[in-house]
Amino acid sequence: MKWGVVRFPGSLDDDDTLFALREVLGQDASLLWHKESSLGDAECIVLPGGFSYGDYLRCGAIARFSPIMRSIEHFAADGGLVLGICNGFQILCEARLLPGALTRNRDRLFICGYVNVRVDNSGTPFTRLLGAGEVLRLPIKHGDGRYVAPEEELRQMEERGQVLLRYVDTAGVEAGEANPNGSMRAIAGVANERFNVFGLMPHPEHAVEEALGGDGGLKIFRSIIANAS
Amino acid sequence: MRIKIYITPRAGILDPQGRAVENSLRSLGFDSVRGVHIGRYIVVELDALSSEAAEASVREMCTQLLANPLIEDYRFEVDAG
Repeated sequence: MKWGVVRFPGSLDDDDTLFALREVLGQDASLLWHKESSLGDAECIVLPGGFSYGDYLRCGAIARFSPIMRSIEHFAADGGLVLGICNGFQILCEARLLPGALTRNRDRLFICGYVNVRVDNSGTPFTRLLGAGEVLRLPIKHGDGRYVAPEEELRQMEERGQVLLRYVDTAGVEAGEANPNGSMRAIAGVANERFNVFGLMPHPEHAVEEALGGDGGLKIFRSIIANAS
Repeated sequence: MRIKIYITPRAGILDPQGRAVENSLRSLGFDSVRGVHIGRYIVVELDALSSEAAEASVREMCTQLLANPLIEDYRFEVDAG
């Protein structure tokens, strides 16, 4: 499958994403500079983590206006698959390609560590190889990951199954202390209404090898790859 | 023309920074403090033919970039001079 990984000024996880896709998963992945407007023949676009534009104004607010984002908006409108990880999730929310917003963590701290997330909708292009209720162990590292959206919108998103991942404890239960940043309804990842755009705060690209702490992220990438075959 | 723009967290949205400062003020003995909200203050210098034109333009700037209406409110003052 052909992938495009976007590099903005301040992106950090673009190289790790390329490593996961090329070296671990054997995919055809290209780096896309944010000032380009062509996405080439990519079938899935990844917006990686980092601090695009130094997180000035709000996380993702300025990257949203990079030239490549216009092409990604068209690509998504045509049904193309877009994955936003961490800062990429923030950019997709700012671009209104995903509902809601990501705000400063509840405890005002930058948090770095492993979380457990439960798959609440396994019938999407991003989760099709996962079981409903399956729990993945993935790393997080962010200061602004507290997901918020208006109550009415949250209710509709839940009805439509747009909440794909929630922070849970090891038993798969939402518990106060399992929610690292205070996200509403313990939300860790959401999709758009068409289920072709997905954003999540945890980092699947940092969890692709057992020797490096776990490979919980592989099933997300493999789910996406399974769409192409 | 100078426009002063004030952006604050929307009511009902948790403001951890404001909450931390509120607690600090109380611990200093300012018992009457009922809330602290921390936002950002932006000054835009603008060429505009009239205050009305400046206001229309700044309102667009706020909705398109300077504020995120899901989580923030904004207000502004036009300093014609």
